[in-house]
Amino acid sequence: MDIFLQQIINGLVQGSIYALVALGYTMVYGIMGLINFAHGEVVMIGTLVTITVAGSLIKAGMPIAFAALAGVSASVLVCIALGWGLERIAYRPLRNAPRLTPLITAIGMSIILQNLAMIIWGRNYLTFPPLFPKVNFELAGAHFTAVQVMIVVVSAITMGSLILLVYRTKLGMAMRATAQNPAVASLMGVNINRVIAAAFVIGSALGAVAGIMVGSYYEIAHYQMGFMLGLKAFTAAVLGGIGNLAGAMIGGILLGLIEALGAGYIGDLTGGFLGSHYQDIFAFIVLIGVLMFKPSGLFGEKTGDRA
Amino acid sequence: MKNWLNPRSLFGIALITVALVALPFVAATGGQAWVRILNFAILYVFLALGLNIVVGFAGLLDLGYIAFYAVGAYVYALLASPHFGLHLPFWVILPIGAAVACVFGVLLGSPTLKLRGDYLAIVTLGFGEIVRIFLNNLNAPFNITNGPQGITLIDPVAIGSFKFSGTTQILGYSLSGPQKYYFLLVALAILIIVINLRLQNSRVGRAWQAIREDEIAAKAVGINTRNLKLLAFAMGASFGGVAGGIFAAMQGFVSPESFSLMESITILAMVVLGGMGHIPGVILGAILLSILPEVLRYSVGPAQMALFGKMLIDPESLRLLMFGLALVLVMRFKPAGLWPSPERKRELQGDA
Repeated sequence: MDIFLQQIINGLVQGSIYALVALGYTMVYGIMGLINFAHGEVVMIGTLVTITVAGSLIKAGMPIAFAALAGVSASVLVCIALGWGLERIAYRPLRNAPRLTPLITAIGMSIILQNLAMIIWGRNYLTFPPLFPKVNFELAGAHFTAVQVMIVVVSAITMGSLILLVYRTKLGMAMRATAQNPAVASLMGVNINRVIAAAFVIGSALGAVAGIMVGSYYEIAHYQMGFMLGLKAFTAAVLGGIGNLAGAMIGGILLGLIEALGAGYIGDLTGGFLGSHYQDIFAFIVLIGVLMFKPSGLFGEKTGDRA
Repeated sequence: MKNWLNPRSLFGIALITVALVALPFVAATGGQAWVRILNFAILYVFLALGLNIVVGFAGLLDLGYIAFYAVGAYVYALLASPHFGLHLPFWVILPIGAAVACVFGVLLGSPTLKLRGDYLAIVTLGFGEIVRIFLNNLNAPFNITNGPQGITLIDPVAIGSFKFSGTTQILGYSLSGPQKYYFLLVALAILIIVINLRLQNSRVGRAWQAIREDEIAAKAVGINTRNLKLLAFAMGASFGGVAGGIFAAMQGFVSPESFSLMESITILAMVVLGGMGHIPGVILGAILLSILPEVLRYSVGPAQMALFGKMLIDPESLRLLMFGLALVLVMRFKPAGLWPSPERKRELQGDA
């Protein structure tokens, strides 16, 4: 039973990270129907910037709280600039291009960012500086750390404020209008360019936060870490119904739980035939299963044909 | 197509033939590595044409296409290597590989028929990953794929006693292994291109186009969309299977890391960059994107040395950086691809 609880906790933490990254995908997708493959790379750069800034400040003898604050703000700022730049340089000129064109651009940008990161930070694994206190808790035999608690809490707060932003503010209304019909929205006085840029900026800022969470959870980072994370997060977004914010969160947490429980129990379930290295398969099989019965994800709206 | 026997096209055909025959000998002056690069370029032409059936003709976005290539390669590897002690001849395995890949295509196609666009993309992507993870881990409890180490000592292609590996003398000329494979690949490429051209203009090809443009309208005019979508998956997959079989024979070695998601994406990039749904464009895209990284591999390092006198940036990442940049730039200035079909070009100009 305590193992079960432990797996639930691990799944919840991992799921919160997926959910944060998935929000970045789903915001952009919801508004302009584009899979921003480079989003995983934005998350990776968020982690690496934090390592550089906070790490060097700590080395210079600054207090940890100051280093953490500086690292987090630097990483959020860099990611915001990156997201804005991506939209402005790569995606905006392609807004009326055939559907697959921006997808290839996104893949190209992902390759570019990954290799830029490799040139800047090198091939080796980097250790994430200990920005947050190491405290351990125990609950009914299951262990968890302060960092894990922080990840879940920060994710919950971020998601809550994002929902408020989208459903309670003027910008949010403009975003929803643009998602429904860009042409009509612009006739109603919505500045489409600004709304789309805002979606990229917010998504990237969330990506930076997610990157810091990943870094402090695993304590190491690498220039290739963004790809698989992005892929899983995108899977989570699709699982929940892409374009739907609440769907992305639930999809993310569900995926985290499925993975943790799947990896924990797959050996027992199959009599030792399949081991925990089939963890990734679980996520995809669940995804295929869900989509077979609900082709637009768990909470997605039924979409008509879109060319 | 009608009067292809007129003198001008005959001259063109003759020119292309001479160029194709001379190419491996010209490339060999720069070393056998270049002949191998040529061979891989042709292999990518197979793959891009196969994926073009699914993405370009039928309009189904497939991000897990490499799985079929992997299936073809492993079928060949298992049936013609000391791993199981089987050594079936090439011509027996190739149809088996195509058939198994075809079954996998239907396996992928049938649960995804209802899905559209990006949902389909992510499911196919997941499927590709599932296949790769299984290949990576099926070495226990029974050793089927030999796990991450892969399968080695795969038999080369052989017709009777004529082997395609090693050097042989033909009519006084000495032909190296890669050069012999080159001619085999060119012959198969011509066959595959002809099949694709015929397919495009056939009843099935037109039905696919109808599905791509508007699935509901296609259904309304009596096209069996379910069967035709499955057929697209199956045909695309079997081309991938054939390419995989040849890959395994040529390399003599297969391992799961050749079949990563990045490969699927590269092949999709070839199709889109060249001009989706347009066979000459797709061929161009495949050749460009398979040769360009190799040219960069050999030129980026020396160019840095010449300019700055030392290696400033790791050549491997600079090479990939330029590859990514090329993708972005082509899509920016040629959104329909480098060589789109005339109809598509017209449509795009009409939209703007």
